[in-house]
Amino acid sequence: MLNPAGTPVVEARDVTVALGGRPVLRGNDLVVRHGEFVALMGANGSGKSTLVRALTGLRPLTQGSVLLFGTPLHDFKERHRIGFVPQRGTAAGGVPASVREVVASGRLTRRPLLRPAGKADRAAIDDALEVVGLTDMAGDGVSTLSGGQQQRVLIARALAGEPELFFLDEPTAGVDLPNQRALAEALRTLSERGATVILVAHELGPLEPLVDRAVVMRDGRIAYDGPPLAHEDVHGHHHPVAGTHDHAPHVGSPFDTMSLDPREDRR
Amino acid sequence: MSLAELLDLLGRDFMQRALLAALLTGLAAPAIGTFIVQRRLALLGDGIGHVAVTGVALGLLTGASPTWTAVVVAILGAVLIEVIREQGHTNGDVALALLFYGGLAGGVLITGLAGDGAAGLQVYLFGSVTSISPSEVWYTAGLALVVLTVTLGLLPQLFAVASDPEFARVAGLRVRAYNLLVAVLAAVSVTVAMRTVGLLLVSALMVVPVATSQQLARSFRSTLLWAMVLGGVAAVGGLVIAAWLSARATVAPGPSIVLLALAMFAATWPVGVWVRRRRRLAEPFPALGTDMPGPHEVDEHPHEHGDDCGHPAVRHGDHVDYVHDGHRHAPHGEHYDEH
Repeated sequence: MLNPAGTPVVEARDVTVALGGRPVLRGNDLVVRHGEFVALMGANGSGKSTLVRALTGLRPLTQGSVLLFGTPLHDFKERHRIGFVPQRGTAAGGVPASVREVVASGRLTRRPLLRPAGKADRAAIDDALEVVGLTDMAGDGVSTLSGGQQQRVLIARALAGEPELFFLDEPTAGVDLPNQRALAEALRTLSERGATVILVAHELGPLEPLVDRAVVMRDGRIAYDGPPLAHEDVHGHHHPVAGTHDHAPHVGSPFDTMSLDPREDRR
Repeated sequence: MSLAELLDLLGRDFMQRALLAALLTGLAAPAIGTFIVQRRLALLGDGIGHVAVTGVALGLLTGASPTWTAVVVAILGAVLIEVIREQGHTNGDVALALLFYGGLAGGVLITGLAGDGAAGLQVYLFGSVTSISPSEVWYTAGLALVVLTVTLGLLPQLFAVASDPEFARVAGLRVRAYNLLVAVLAAVSVTVAMRTVGLLLVSALMVVPVATSQQLARSFRSTLLWAMVLGGVAAVGGLVIAAWLSARATVAPGPSIVLLALAMFAATWPVGVWVRRRRRLAEPFPALGTDMPGPHEVDEHPHEHGDDCGHPAVRHGDHVDYVHDGHRHAPHGEHYDEH
C-alpha cells in the first residue's frame, strides 16, 4: 500500500441502477478512503463500468446515494477535485486536434469562463504530459497516435485538472504491453502524490503491484472486497461449472451419476 | 467583361454591401462548422437550412422581414433537431431527415400560398447579390459578429464538449446547454449565409472549408482558423466570379462560392494524402518489450486457429480446443490457454 488510508472520499450506499427497467447494479455499498488504489474487477457485464459511471454522476441512481468528499453527488460543485478517464478506444474526433489541446481541455475544471490560460494552467498541462511521457508528442495530432498512446493522452487530460480522486474506466483494455507499463508508471506517480484512484480493469497486468484493494463485481453486486486477488480467482474462466442454483431436486434414474460438474462425464 | 468593368462593378454600393456580407459569412460559417464537423454532424447545417426555408416563406406570406422569420424558425428547428438527437440516441439522422423534408415542403407550400411562386424563393435558396438592402447588411454583420465572438470566446469549452461529452459532464460543464448553443449558433449562421450562398448550399460553407483545412492542420485551433481564412476567400472570390459572369448569364453567387470552396479542397487533398503518408513513414517502430509474456499466454501463433488451420479441432464443452505441438489450445481473448 502506497498511502495510509485516510478519510472517506467516496461513500456509496445502496447504489442501484436500472437500465431500461433491467437492474444492472443492485444495492451496492462502497467506501473508498483517501489515498487508496482500488481496482474494480469482474467479467464483462458484471456492472463494474456502470458502478464507476454511477459514482461520477453519468448514470442516474435508481436508489441509494453517493457522497463525494462528504457532499451528495448532485450538490457536488468542486469538479476540479475529480478526474475521469472514460472507457474509449480513441481520443480523436471528426477534426484533428493536437495532444496538447486535448490535455488542455482537462484544465477547464479550474479555468473560469472567458479567461485565457495562465501560467499555472500551462505548468499543469506540461506536468501532465510529462507524467504520461508524451512531452515530445505534444504537438502531434491525436489521431496519429497508437491506441495506447491515446489512452495516455486521456489520462494526461484528467491529470491536467490536478484532481485528488481519479476514476479510470478500463484504462488498459486493448493497450499493448509497453504502453500498459507507461500507464502503470503514470498511475504510480499519481498514487505517490497522494491521489485516490478507482479503476475498472478486466485484467490488471502491470498495474497489479499498485492495487491496494480489489472489488470484484458479479451480476451487479459486489461479490468480494479485500486484498487483491490472483487473476484465476476473479475469473475462474477455464471451465465454468454450470449452475448450482437449481431449485428443483435432482431426480435421475437410479444408476445416473448425480454430479453437477459437467467435467465428470468426459473423464 | 473587361477588368475595368469588373472593377467598376465591384465599386458599386450594392456590390460593396454584398462583398462585406459574403466576407462575414465566409468567416462565421466555417467557425461554427468546425465544431459541427468535430461532432460528426456535418449535415446539421443542411437540415437547419431546409427548415429555414419555411421561415423565409412565412416572412413572404406575412410581409415580415424574411431574415428575422428565418432566424426564429431556424433556431426552433435547430433546437428541435438537438432535442430529438439527444432523446433518440441513435436516430439522429432520421430526426434530421424528417425536419429536412418537412422544412422544404412547408416552405414551398407556404410560398405558393403567398403567391410568390418559385421565383420569390429562388433568391433565398441560392443567394443573390443585388437583393441585399443596406439594413440587411447590418443585420448580417451583427449576427456574424455574435457567432464569431461566442465561438472564439468559448472555444475551449465548446471543444471539450464536442470532443468528449462524457468527460465534459464529469468535469462539470453543462453539456446540454453547450450543445444547444452550438445548434443555435449554427441556425444563426445559416440565416447569415442565406443571402450570399443560399439556404440549399449553406451547409457547404460550414463543412467544405473545414474539410480543406484539416487536410494540412494538426491542431483544432489551426483547423478552425484556416477554415475561416479559406471560407472568407471562397465567399469573396465566389462572389467576384459570379459578378464577372453576370455580364453573360444570370449566375447566383451560391453555386460559384461553393464550387470555389470545393476547388480548394480538390487542390489540397492530394497534398494532404502526401503529408499523411510522409508522417506515417517517419514514424518509428514501437519499442518492443524486453521480457517475455507471462506463463498464462502462449505466444507462438503465426495464425489464428480456425476451421482450416491444419490443427485438429476437438470439441471441449462449450468451446473448441486445437491440438498444437502435443497440447490443447483454447482461444481466450487475445491468446490461447492450455487445456
